[in-house]
Amino acid sequence: MKKKSQKLSRSKNNLSALSEWRAVILWAIVILFPIIDRNPYHIDVIVGAGIFIMLALGLNVIMGYAGILNLGYAALFAIGAYTYALLNIHFHIPFWLGLIFSAVSAALFGVILAFPALRLSGDYIAIVTLGAGEIVRIVLNNADPVTGGPNGLLGIDHPGFFGYNFGVKSEPYYYLILVLVGGLLFVLRRLEFSRLGRAWIALREDELAASCMGINPVWTKLSAFAIGGFVAGLAGCVFAAKQGTVSPDSFDFIVSVMVVSMVVLGGLGNTAGVILGALVLSILPELLRGFDTYRMLFFGIAMILIMLFRPQGILGEIRHKGEFAERGER
Amino acid sequence: MTATEVFIQQVANGLTIGMIYALIALGYTIVYGIVQLINFAHGEVFMVGAYLSLLAYAFFQGLAVGIGGPFFLLVFILIFAMFGTAMLGLLIERFAYRPLRKAPRLAPLLTAIGVSFVLQNAVMIIAGPSDKSTPSIIPVEKYSFGAVTITNLQILITFVSLFLMVVLQLFIKYTKTGKAMRALADDREAASLVGINVNAVISKAFIIGSALAGAGGMMFGMYYNTINFHDGYLAGLKAFTAAVFGGIGNIPGAMIGGVLLGVLEGLGAGYFSSEWKNVFAFFILILVLLFRPSGLLGSRVVKKV
Repeated sequence: MKKKSQKLSRSKNNLSALSEWRAVILWAIVILFPIIDRNPYHIDVIVGAGIFIMLALGLNVIMGYAGILNLGYAALFAIGAYTYALLNIHFHIPFWLGLIFSAVSAALFGVILAFPALRLSGDYIAIVTLGAGEIVRIVLNNADPVTGGPNGLLGIDHPGFFGYNFGVKSEPYYYLILVLVGGLLFVLRRLEFSRLGRAWIALREDELAASCMGINPVWTKLSAFAIGGFVAGLAGCVFAAKQGTVSPDSFDFIVSVMVVSMVVLGGLGNTAGVILGALVLSILPELLRGFDTYRMLFFGIAMILIMLFRPQGILGEIRHKGEFAERGER
Repeated sequence: MTATEVFIQQVANGLTIGMIYALIALGYTIVYGIVQLINFAHGEVFMVGAYLSLLAYAFFQGLAVGIGGPFFLLVFILIFAMFGTAMLGLLIERFAYRPLRKAPRLAPLLTAIGVSFVLQNAVMIIAGPSDKSTPSIIPVEKYSFGAVTITNLQILITFVSLFLMVVLQLFIKYTKTGKAMRALADDREAASLVGINVNAVISKAFIIGSALAGAGGMMFGMYYNTINFHDGYLAGLKAFTAAVFGGIGNIPGAMIGGVLLGVLEGLGAGYFSSEWKNVFAFFILILVLLFRPSGLLGSRVVKKV
């Protein structure tokens, strides 16, 4: 038991394990990045990656902590984006208020999505979430009077901050996302080691044992979906506000697949790993841009190779050891 | 057209595409039954099958005219496509899934996604990104019953699919390999203890599943007259839905699931609108899972205690 708690505290310090001065340098680089690197293309890529980091952090709650494979996460992202888009276009809701509305509506939708999923187990949940994700995308695509159909919605306001309009340049969004990701990191790491976080992990490892110990599986799973949805809603709102437009093809199945890949590739349940995975998978396609048509081919090959050499992800979580053993027994 | 005629027409159309779904679904179900892996690259294998039959047509088109006419050519192309996809399935299993058999459950899912990226883009690079029109190998004839029209192609697809399914069913039931597959699906550990070569049987499962998908791809191209490297994704998704619908891991279930999904989709497209037919398919899926989580014919205990 003692050994276990040592392990827990070690993984807790994963981020700050980079000893403090290294962490300071890291944060300094992150904060000063748009000033050091003035290439707008680079900043734009990082902003895109930042939205994916938010998504990956949110999905990590569902997949990494609660251990539920969700293949329809892009639907929650879409709900967030369309909520802000519709509220802004019809009621001129400002961005900061929209952020809350988007997050709450995506969280609610996450809970609705979770209801059918709760009765199922394992891969079946994956399929239900996949189906629900597709339904959302098709509805957005076909409900023309409300969602604008395949063309989507245009003319969404960019955010403003005390009279300063964010406009179309990437730098303000960089800092906006930085603040949001920083906040998320703080909250999610607190959550991971809270009563709820430990309940998620207990359920993931052994549902029967966990429920015998008095954990309510229904509420615990619902809360994972709600929090995951909340984060996706935030990301969706930022995305819509930055683009100024939303259309259904930004929320394809492939987006869900990419976010799942980021979480698994980085290391399921490991916050630093998930961020790394999101960065790698968003920047890699850009680095491969020179190969033109071969780009996605190489991307696929890279994905296979990384998984073959690091099946537990780039930074695997210590507490996942139990799961490997179960797989080996089979 | 009277109401019944509309109904029969939609059922006939749905049946044809349902047969193709069923063929792909069989691959999902066989693999899932044995290794509990959602083979996400399976839809792409189906798409490769469609392109391979196009290639075979280009090669052997002249050859067959002299020897045996269009039906000979048809059989030849079918075998070529099935053989090609079978080899592809074998390779995918060997290099992308087998090294990860003891890895965490989600690792092979990611390599599967990687494989489907690779296949899609390889086909796009080799064959080009635009739609390819596929030739109708046999001259299309239409038979009318009142206002209902059925083509000889639809009849052909239905019969070839049924034939393959019956062969598969007999294979699983009566051959030693089939028996080994069922044993593996029941309990892999115990199966390996009684001397079943687990790796060989898993390879064979991939070969059979991929060959069926290849046959499906060939007939898909023939039926729709046009193929694209994107086609694998949606067809794969639908076929997977069909497999879950019938009870994943259950072979007759996949057949019934595929056909039912095709028919329901056809009816949905006929009575509502074709844009919504995909919503229809996924909605059915969710309803089925809600009320019969193990699928229509599924009896496997999904939850491990």
